[in-house]
Amino acid sequence: MIEGAKWRKWLWFYLPLAMFILGLLFPFYWMVVTTLRPDGELYRPWNHAQYAPFWTSDPTLDHVKNLIQETLFGVWMWNTMLIALVATLISLLCGVIAGYALARLRFRYAGLLGTGIFITYLVPQTLLFIPLAEIIRNYRIGDTPWALILTYPTFLIPFCTWLMMGYFKTIPKELEECARIDGATRWQAMLYIIFPIAVPGILSAGIFAFTLSWNEFIYALVFLSSPEQKTVPVGVVSELIRGDVFYWGPLMAGALLGSIPVAFVYSFFVEHYVAGMTGSVKG
Amino acid sequence: MARVLLTRLNKKYDETHAVKDVNLEIRDREFVVLVGPSGCGKTTTLRMVAGLEEITSGEIRIDERVVNDLPPMDRDIAMVFQNYALYPHMSVYDNMAFGLKMRKFARDEIEKRVRQAADILGIQALLARRPRQLSGGQRQRVALGRAIVRHPRVFLFDEPLSNLDAKLRVQMRVELKRLHHRLETTAIYVTHDQVEAMTLGDRVVVMKDGLVQQVGEPLELYGLPANLFVASFIGSPAMNFAEVAVAESHGVLWAEAAGLRIRIPPKKQAALARYAGQRVTLGVRPEALRVATGADAADHAFDSTVEVVEPLGNEILLDVRAGANLIVARVDPATRVKVQERVRLALDPERLHFFDAKTEAAI
Repeated sequence: MIEGAKWRKWLWFYLPLAMFILGLLFPFYWMVVTTLRPDGELYRPWNHAQYAPFWTSDPTLDHVKNLIQETLFGVWMWNTMLIALVATLISLLCGVIAGYALARLRFRYAGLLGTGIFITYLVPQTLLFIPLAEIIRNYRIGDTPWALILTYPTFLIPFCTWLMMGYFKTIPKELEECARIDGATRWQAMLYIIFPIAVPGILSAGIFAFTLSWNEFIYALVFLSSPEQKTVPVGVVSELIRGDVFYWGPLMAGALLGSIPVAFVYSFFVEHYVAGMTGSVKG
Repeated sequence: MARVLLTRLNKKYDETHAVKDVNLEIRDREFVVLVGPSGCGKTTTLRMVAGLEEITSGEIRIDERVVNDLPPMDRDIAMVFQNYALYPHMSVYDNMAFGLKMRKFARDEIEKRVRQAADILGIQALLARRPRQLSGGQRQRVALGRAIVRHPRVFLFDEPLSNLDAKLRVQMRVELKRLHHRLETTAIYVTHDQVEAMTLGDRVVVMKDGLVQQVGEPLELYGLPANLFVASFIGSPAMNFAEVAVAESHGVLWAEAAGLRIRIPPKKQAALARYAGQRVTLGVRPEALRVATGADAADHAFDSTVEVVEPLGNEILLDVRAGANLIVARVDPATRVKVQERVRLALDPERLHFFDAKTEAAI
């Protein structure tokens, strides 16, 4: 009986889990291997005697060097970081305040407004970039970081608002009422009581917003044109794919280096982020 | 120390009229309990006093000042919530100090007051802990402490004991009463538990459907309920009711129902005279009933069949059937009766209540 249970656990739990992890991590592995593989190995045909697609016998940092020296990768990283950070901060500020208002203040059409904000989030970017391009041209901010800093919030604010609204709703209303009886104004109650409790929610909204802006492709592709203004996802793709030639080594090196900051942010805040996804602490 | 005056207080939500024309005076240092079933408007009334709920019409005064439009912080009140509402990210000390910090008290004064409150409540050892490290009873004490450090003019309690287990609730009830004697602060206390209301209140306000049913001292509510609702709500086990017809024979009024014929006591004769030939509701408390002996007059006794016997130790509850009526009697613990046995019960004629069948008001 016990033997059977163990066997079942392997079959239904560990095996699927292992496959899942393998499936998720394989692209990263592939990225790393390709980055470290010399060109000679990279373009070896499949019927070559020493064909070995899953590992390399001769690791090299040539592609990374190539990426950093031959392209503007450092500039792209800086651009991406700046744009993602500023856009995230703007969106968080608006999202937290709007989420609080929608969750807490009783005013007419609050529910309708909440739904409205959610619907704007559902409009696909592939549709929105056309009118946005027009606006950006009118304001003459094309090919500057502002083109992205001001357009990313169009999808980040609804996202943050919605997430924060849900989080604020899990915080008992009495905490705030008690603070207001204790002598706090609504602002003070928000500042001293509600926001500190909402930190896990704010952090997870921030992490998501940061990741979304970091990885964003379409707006960055359309609104930026000069190489020194580009972000990592666009820069790598547009500068390292020339015609039908794919520079796989530097491409993968760019992808690898580009994903490090996001991975770092996630691992740093993982505890808060999990708490933010699963609801607040109970009073 | 303060007097609270509610005048024609109303609260309407979109479709419900939650509080209807409540008039109430809470005297200085008085402990007033609002009691009633859920949805009766008691919590809404309290929240209006606190300033957490807007007033639709009417007036609230604390001392002579109309506070209708004052924000909660300016009313100088403290409130204890049902779910404690402790700030989870602060230590017990900071929880208690928060109200004082907001009011810009000096640091050593805050320290002094918090220590003092902690002494009164016996939570000195918990000051450094976080709320989540406390038990339910301890949290309740911290919530009380947070209210008393402020030395407010009025305490508001919103069902503060209902999240505690039964034993702790009784214990905290006694402590609350002791605390009130010690602090002598005006208090308004909301509960749905009539035992809490009776034991804690100097006066009790019974509410139902947004209306005040009766205001009075606990024993007054128990002895002279103003209507059927108050009679049924106050007292445990609840008062027995029976539909009876008022009949006159030989110049005396009788209350009659199937299996029941009781002479109406002289004091009530005049009041019930105009109900002759009509139906009224007769109420009798379980403790006004006992097993009849030969000495009991036949016109204050009736026969019944025992259906359930509930021995509680200090008393026995008999659930009996008399005609169509199910009646609970609270009898001497030495009584020996069996289920399905016939038993003759006598009632105390001085403790009969009569209610108008339509208006449900006491006669």
